[in-house]
Amino acid sequence: MIKAILMFNNHGKPRLSKFYEHYTKDTEQQIIRETFHLVSKRDENVCNFLEGGMLIGGSDYKLIYRHYATLYFVFCVDSSESELGILDLIQVFVETLDKCFENVCELDLIFHVDKVHNILAEMVMGGMVLETNMNEIITQVDAQNKMEKSEAGIAGAPARAVSAVKNMKLPEMPRNINIGDINIKVPNLPSFK
Amino acid sequence: MALKIVKGSIDRMFDKNLQDLVRGIRNHKDDEAKYISTCIDEIKQELKQDNIAVKANAVCKLTYLQMLGYDVSWAAFNIVEVMSSSKFTYKRIGYLAASQCFHESTDVIMLTTNQIRKDLSSPNQYDTGVALTGLSCFVTPDLARDLANDIMTLMSHTKPYIRKKAVLIMYKVFLKYPESLRPAFPRLKEKLEDPDPGVQSAAVNVICELARRNPKNYLSLAPLFFKLMTSSTNNWVLIKIIKLFGALTPLEPRLGKKLIEPLTNLIHSTSAMSLLYECVNTVIAVLISLSSGMPNHSASIQLCVQKLRILIEDSDQNLKYLGLLAMSKILKTHPKSVQSHKDLILQCLDDKDESIRLRALDLLYGMVSKKNLMEIVKKLMLHVDKAEGTTYRDELLTKIIDICSQSNYQYITNFEWYISILVELTRLEGTRHGHLIASQMLDVAIRVKAIRVFAVAQMATLLDNAHLLTGNMQRNGICEVLYAAAWICGEFSEHLENPMQTLEAMLRPKVATLPGHIQAVYVQNAAKLFATVLKSQEGNTDGTVTQDTSQLMIERLPVFVQSANLEVQERASCILQLVKYIQKLQQKDVEVAEEVSALFAGELNPVAPKAQKKVPVPEGLDLDTWINEPPSESESEDEQPKAIFTKEEPKHSRARHTEVDEKELARRREARKQEQANNPFYIKSSPSSQKVYQETPGVDHIPVIQIDLTVPLKVPGLPMSDQYVKLEEERRQKERAEKKKKDKKKRKEKRSGRGKKHDSGPESEEDITPAHMVDIVTEEMPETTYFNALPSDDDEKDPNDPHKALDIDLDKPLADSEKIPVRSHRAAEAAKSPVEDRDADGIATQLPKKKHGKEKREEKKKKDKDRERKKSKDEKKKKKHKSEEKDGDLLGAEVDEPVVQSEEPSQASEPPTSNSAEVSDLDFWLSNAPVPSNIQEVPKVAAAEAASAAEVISGGAQDSEPDEPKDAEMEATKPSKHKKKKQKKEKEDKEKKKKKHHHYHHHSDGVGEESVQNGTVEEEEEPLPSMSNYCLLAENSYIKMMMEDADQVYDIQGNLQDGSQVVVSVIFENKCDSFLKSMEFNVLDSLNSKLQRPEGSGPHDSLAVPFQLPPGVSNEARYVFTVQSIVMPQKLKGTLTFIVKTEESSTHEKLDFKLHFTCTSYLITTPCYSDAFAKLLESADLKSSSVRLEGVNMPFHHLLARICFHHHFSVVERIDSCASMYSRSIQGHHVCLLVKTSGQTVSIDAKCDEPMLLGNVLDEIKQTFSQC
Repeated sequence: MIKAILMFNNHGKPRLSKFYEHYTKDTEQQIIRETFHLVSKRDENVCNFLEGGMLIGGSDYKLIYRHYATLYFVFCVDSSESELGILDLIQVFVETLDKCFENVCELDLIFHVDKVHNILAEMVMGGMVLETNMNEIITQVDAQNKMEKSEAGIAGAPARAVSAVKNMKLPEMPRNINIGDINIKVPNLPSFK
Repeated sequence: MALKIVKGSIDRMFDKNLQDLVRGIRNHKDDEAKYISTCIDEIKQELKQDNIAVKANAVCKLTYLQMLGYDVSWAAFNIVEVMSSSKFTYKRIGYLAASQCFHESTDVIMLTTNQIRKDLSSPNQYDTGVALTGLSCFVTPDLARDLANDIMTLMSHTKPYIRKKAVLIMYKVFLKYPESLRPAFPRLKEKLEDPDPGVQSAAVNVICELARRNPKNYLSLAPLFFKLMTSSTNNWVLIKIIKLFGALTPLEPRLGKKLIEPLTNLIHSTSAMSLLYECVNTVIAVLISLSSGMPNHSASIQLCVQKLRILIEDSDQNLKYLGLLAMSKILKTHPKSVQSHKDLILQCLDDKDESIRLRALDLLYGMVSKKNLMEIVKKLMLHVDKAEGTTYRDELLTKIIDICSQSNYQYITNFEWYISILVELTRLEGTRHGHLIASQMLDVAIRVKAIRVFAVAQMATLLDNAHLLTGNMQRNGICEVLYAAAWICGEFSEHLENPMQTLEAMLRPKVATLPGHIQAVYVQNAAKLFATVLKSQEGNTDGTVTQDTSQLMIERLPVFVQSANLEVQERASCILQLVKYIQKLQQKDVEVAEEVSALFAGELNPVAPKAQKKVPVPEGLDLDTWINEPPSESESEDEQPKAIFTKEEPKHSRARHTEVDEKELARRREARKQEQANNPFYIKSSPSSQKVYQETPGVDHIPVIQIDLTVPLKVPGLPMSDQYVKLEEERRQKERAEKKKKDKKKRKEKRSGRGKKHDSGPESEEDITPAHMVDIVTEEMPETTYFNALPSDDDEKDPNDPHKALDIDLDKPLADSEKIPVRSHRAAEAAKSPVEDRDADGIATQLPKKKHGKEKREEKKKKDKDRERKKSKDEKKKKKHKSEEKDGDLLGAEVDEPVVQSEEPSQASEPPTSNSAEVSDLDFWLSNAPVPSNIQEVPKVAAAEAASAAEVISGGAQDSEPDEPKDAEMEATKPSKHKKKKQKKEKEDKEKKKKKHHHYHHHSDGVGEESVQNGTVEEEEEPLPSMSNYCLLAENSYIKMMMEDADQVYDIQGNLQDGSQVVVSVIFENKCDSFLKSMEFNVLDSLNSKLQRPEGSGPHDSLAVPFQLPPGVSNEARYVFTVQSIVMPQKLKGTLTFIVKTEESSTHEKLDFKLHFTCTSYLITTPCYSDAFAKLLESADLKSSSVRLEGVNMPFHHLLARICFHHHFSVVERIDSCASMYSRSIQGHHVCLLVKTSGQTVSIDAKCDEPMLLGNVLDEIKQTFSQC
């Protein structure tokens, strides 16, 4: 089982949090902070597993994380999950994001948390891995987006126009926080279907 | 209207959307909180509007704010509103928000039940998907109970996308509503063989998760998983299964034996590291489970260790980490194989990655031997010095102590060395493990008598330098070691060189700053020292020393008398009075030493913590009775004043003592410098470990002034443990030399060549003798209490663990009462007539015997079949044995399980076999020799069973009622009374079944095409296929198709004009030895009846059968037909195409069949009350018709049962040999029958509003009876 999935940037700002167990909102924030402290102080070339951390509790649990340029992807899992498998799942997740957002960068994720959630929902459901095949995930996500567009129809047009105008300002903002070459940190990972 | 929409969307343009909110927050970095609070106000305004789009937008923003830690629970109701929007866009927003914010105590959740149910049955798969995803996050026990049935139906949805989600969410449902596990399990198991890999993977996932918590209930699935493991190519699935096997093997060692080979093959063949790693892990688990009493699997261990070494040597830190993790598991049972990789593991200790170092530390525990202990610990000590961060250092510290103290100090050859290691460890700053070091010191000093002299000397030095420990580290636990030091010095004070000095050290005023329990030990042991000093001065006529000592005590003790700690206070005042008394006696020149030391006479022996239990309780002593009345519950109040007292005290005293300290310190520093310089025996820590033990110390090295530095301090006067390593080496060398000499001598004497190995070989473990005459006093541990002390299985489980509730036996057949609750309908309850209730009582007692008989018959059949197949004699015996056992069990165990006659023979024949046989199957499967060939064995056994079961069925299909004569035959041998009851029961069962259909009929509307009957689960467990609705469709040498028509009929009442649906379930049975795949089912539609195909496919497209058939396996698929007119029977032509796959080739095959829809198949069993029935007959619009049956030779109730069963009627009323019956067509036609019998003639008068339908139904009834 996956207990929680967290995404935060190099400064500990949460970009996505998904808890598959209930915590109070204060505890959730505390967990995000503590996890960030644990993860951020680790060197780049150390292993991607972290044991314990009182926050998530129990010796059965592990933190498995990956660091891509400006973002940390952290999964908290118990012993029923394969460590290498989860690492691979993170990779699939990031690649899927990359495909769905077309060269994903942190800004995309900041402004479209809802979409990230929807993508994640096609991969992990209720703490269990639902789908690991990237093409299947993208197919389902696309199909749902298409449905959303068709629903918006004519009524959605003005709103789209406005948001297009609003987004014209976007380039002013730094777009250089690109997640970068996602293959940087996956040297010896085995092919994993 | 359109204008309104456009207007609404124009309004919406100016609302902030999520992107605006995020942008706004980023632009207000300085006053983020303020900005967000205004945003929340805006959101509140938006939520008040009626426009759902505005609301959805607001909820979307709230979801973002929730992530940032803002409370959004106030909007829960609005979230529900958005969830119930008909548009997918908004629905998705709503469900996302709900999944992020809702939890069990959210009260609006109970409002969502119906909405979720609606979404689950939505024709749009993404509506369903989004609802399932959301539900998986916030499912509550109530939701689980109410929706379990709906979700279960979705598990057989046509879309794999829905199926996999439904399967996965079942785990959450089980957790919240454990009662659903048993009814749902058969279908879950089915999904393990789903054609879609995603669904299969989900099912594996769920079962693995269930089995991990309660593995014993899932042992019977082992053969199935084994098959999957050998056939699946999906690494995710493989990993899960392999992990599951890891959990199962401890329960069934035979399983392990079977697994080793395929796992080893996988290890050799796979290229995926993740899979390799899990395989190695499970092999390790197997080896552990086999380790007791199994012949060597050294090859497997070697393989594992070797693969792990590759992982550890990899440059990828992750693999290194995992390799070490797995290695530590091997270590527990096969330490030898790991020890050979010591070099590698020691290397990992130097890794820059802390996680890896920690894992390597775990392994060290098993690496040590007498030979290398010192070396390893030396290395660890270096790490301790270098380590940054207290966690890792503390870990090192505990590991050092663990390693050294393991198995009763087995590996320690030189305790002086160990003591000095412990003393060195006291230099650690900020460690939490002071008590651990202290207890080790005490333990060693008490149990190793030979070491006491040395220990006492060390402890005295430690006490002398106590200020170094306490100086700036009082906050942390290291001062605990002073507790041990003081006690050792006091208790073994006879070994002290200079008791006066130690006594002085123990009575320093600064001691008063130590924690209370340590002070108490100080005071008590000061008294012991005092006694020793007195004793040592006994012969001495000059009384000054004793006088001085007494004076010192009297001067210093008052500090302790004032202590806030009661224990200290009490001891100090006692001892103070004692000393004062002694002083008086001394002044009178009385010899007191003897008496004083008598106070502390006697040696303390170590006692095991639980040794008391070994002492038998004397007879007549009741330990549970109160000696006095129990005290009242007011003790906590007594605590209060003490707490206040302590709070004030420490500040006070500390302030007073610091002054003294400074002065004292300076003074003492000088004194000590002087003293040490003059003391030739002063042992100084030398920076180089190579230097010799006793070296004249440089005065400058004394680091007393460095108190405040954070670098680890060296306690002067303490020997460095490193020296021992060298000394030990020398000693061993000497020993070896001596031994050699001895051996040589021996050899010379004996002149035999036997001793050659002895001297030339490397030093073995046994050769190393301890340096001291070590006398380890072993603690006595009463055996019985030892085992009692072990945590039992029950204790380990947390009573609050939700998984405990899921510890459910899944092999037991389902009882009728176990079903997932469905929405009940008024009519369903009304159907319960009082007659049935009365009957029900009679059944229970009658039931077992019947089952007994039936079972025997089946067993016999199976055995016959077995004989035909020339199965091994052994197996037969086993089966026979099993069946006998089962029979015996049945009498007792299954009395209260109502058995309902089933119309699904293939399923029904399963339970008896799968109950008795599943167990024997597993046994059989496991008891095979662990050769790979028996992988083939599994399907064969299954095939044999399926075939025997199928024979029953096919017989039933061919001569229509083959069971009947058999029944009669059997019953003839039984007393007629029994017979009657049995038949009565049959009837009752049928009525029950009717009810079930009724349920179904009301609750499964709107479910997809391939919906499954609600009652299936229960019916699967029903034995006795005495009447069958299945008839043979078509058969060839490869496959047999059997069809059951119209048993499940949909009636959508509001939808009469559109025609109705008929569900046909078809059993496909593979009769050949090859694998059948890519089966496609197609029917040529007629004008009247059409096969329902998924959206988007043409009218002539065939439907893929959603499974493949391994040899001998049968499975069932259901097809929905739309029927326009129901008054005439229908025939539809169809074809089944499939691919037969053998090892060499695969061929395309085809089988034609005809589907026959009788008019009966359009009837639904519908109960009817006699008064309603009478009214119906009175109404004029029914046409009547009648038929006579001649030569019907069966009891009347039997006849009724047949009509009920085969033609879907229900009995309204029965008077003697006359009965009224009722049924209704799917299009709402009423059909009423009046059945009368006289002798062998049966006359049926019938009325119906559709004469053609009636005519056809009567014809069919006639045909049914003409066949028997």
